[in-house]
Amino acid sequence: MASNKDSVKHTLIVAITLCLVCSILVSAAAVMLRPIQETNKSLDKKRNILITAGLYEEGTSVEEAYKSIDVKMIDVATGSYISDADVTSFDQRKAASDPKTSRVLSSAEDLASIKRLENRSLVYLVKDAKGEVEKIILPIRGYGLWSTMRGFIALASDAETIEGFNLYDHAETPGLGGEVANPEWRKTWEGKKVINDSGEPAIQLVKGGVNASSPQAKYQVDSLSGATLTSKGVENLMHFWMGDNGFGPFLAKFKKGAA
Amino acid sequence: MADMKEIKQVLFGPISNNNPIALQVLGVCSALAVTSKMEVALVMSLALTLVTACSSACISLIRTQIPGSIRIIVQMTIIASLVIVVDQLLKAYAFETSKQLSVFVGLIITNCIVLGRAEAYAMKNGPGMSFLDGIGNGLGYSAILIIVAFFRELFGSGSLLGFEILSPEWYQTNGLMLLPPSAFFIIGLIIWALRTWKPNQVEPKE
Repeated sequence: MASNKDSVKHTLIVAITLCLVCSILVSAAAVMLRPIQETNKSLDKKRNILITAGLYEEGTSVEEAYKSIDVKMIDVATGSYISDADVTSFDQRKAASDPKTSRVLSSAEDLASIKRLENRSLVYLVKDAKGEVEKIILPIRGYGLWSTMRGFIALASDAETIEGFNLYDHAETPGLGGEVANPEWRKTWEGKKVINDSGEPAIQLVKGGVNASSPQAKYQVDSLSGATLTSKGVENLMHFWMGDNGFGPFLAKFKKGAA
Repeated sequence: MADMKEIKQVLFGPISNNNPIALQVLGVCSALAVTSKMEVALVMSLALTLVTACSSACISLIRTQIPGSIRIIVQMTIIASLVIVVDQLLKAYAFETSKQLSVFVGLIITNCIVLGRAEAYAMKNGPGMSFLDGIGNGLGYSAILIIVAFFRELFGSGSLLGFEILSPEWYQTNGLMLLPPSAFFIIGLIIWALRTWKPNQVEPKE
């Protein structure tokens, strides 16, 4: 045994058998556990929509609270609602990667480094007791330092004041760029304006702290310390999604009350 | 087969006499990263103990067949597969915790304790004993992680396992305890205490 253990033939047999056994093990685990993981993911997404809207309370049912949110589909380029769309089965991630339902962004357009933009997007509306829209929640994403950061932004009914900001799905460096998910930092976004008086995206992430007395302060958020590129990514994705290629047309229409 | 004394030695020796973190100073990276809360530390401990035990047992089972030239690759493949399975299980059954552990579950693959035990013990001993050795070293790692997490969560957030212990009315939480460097201080103090208790762990002066 010991003499032929190191032979080429034996080495190959061990290597191939091991690889086969391990790959079967890994793929079996991945396939069998996928349904449970998918449920977790969709629940997590709903919970994060609620967190962004400020409607989530620890210990309450996510599904129950989520029922109060009105999900609509829009055409991203024109900003109009698509009334006959099936919002429950729409998978926005899939739509963004499928050439039939998305378009390639040119490098000048692609501020957020997302490469493809879906033609249709979901928007989530929170309504008050009278049926008036109270908050608009929009899905946003963009590239940070290592990963595409995904999340939501909640705007007040004026379509420019931030009510909530939440990039929950990312793989930035824990402790540095990973602080994008820090609740304390997310709170500093509340009350800021995403669009300036001339209708352009204006959010800036500034180093050294926001000077509250400056006229620009309402567009400025502290950048994350030790995470220059992640902060830049956040600023870029805000400019993209609040701009003409992103939700700009929808927000403009919404403001006029014609969306 | 080994007698009770040896089993006891293999299983509990790594907790105080031959602790993987405090004496061998392995696996410190994850000990800094996942100890800001007790719950996360517990899940990480469980995951690492399971991976170390199972991988040691598997490697020991095929140790007579592993060719010397590819033995590290074989060990890594087994460890990596087990880690992926554990990661998938966490994503399915402990989603919140798996998000907090983020990359550190995947990094169990590169945790020196796992490979160290495979190479140092499992290649020379039977599957049963290797399994126990894995559990033992996992426990040693867990003991340090839990002690560190206990102090960090208690003084950093004023809570334990999420339950409030020190009321914010009179206790000002210490933000430093939530940051990774505080784990260095605590691990340093543990090593100091351990070596005062067992002076034979002190390295001879060079």
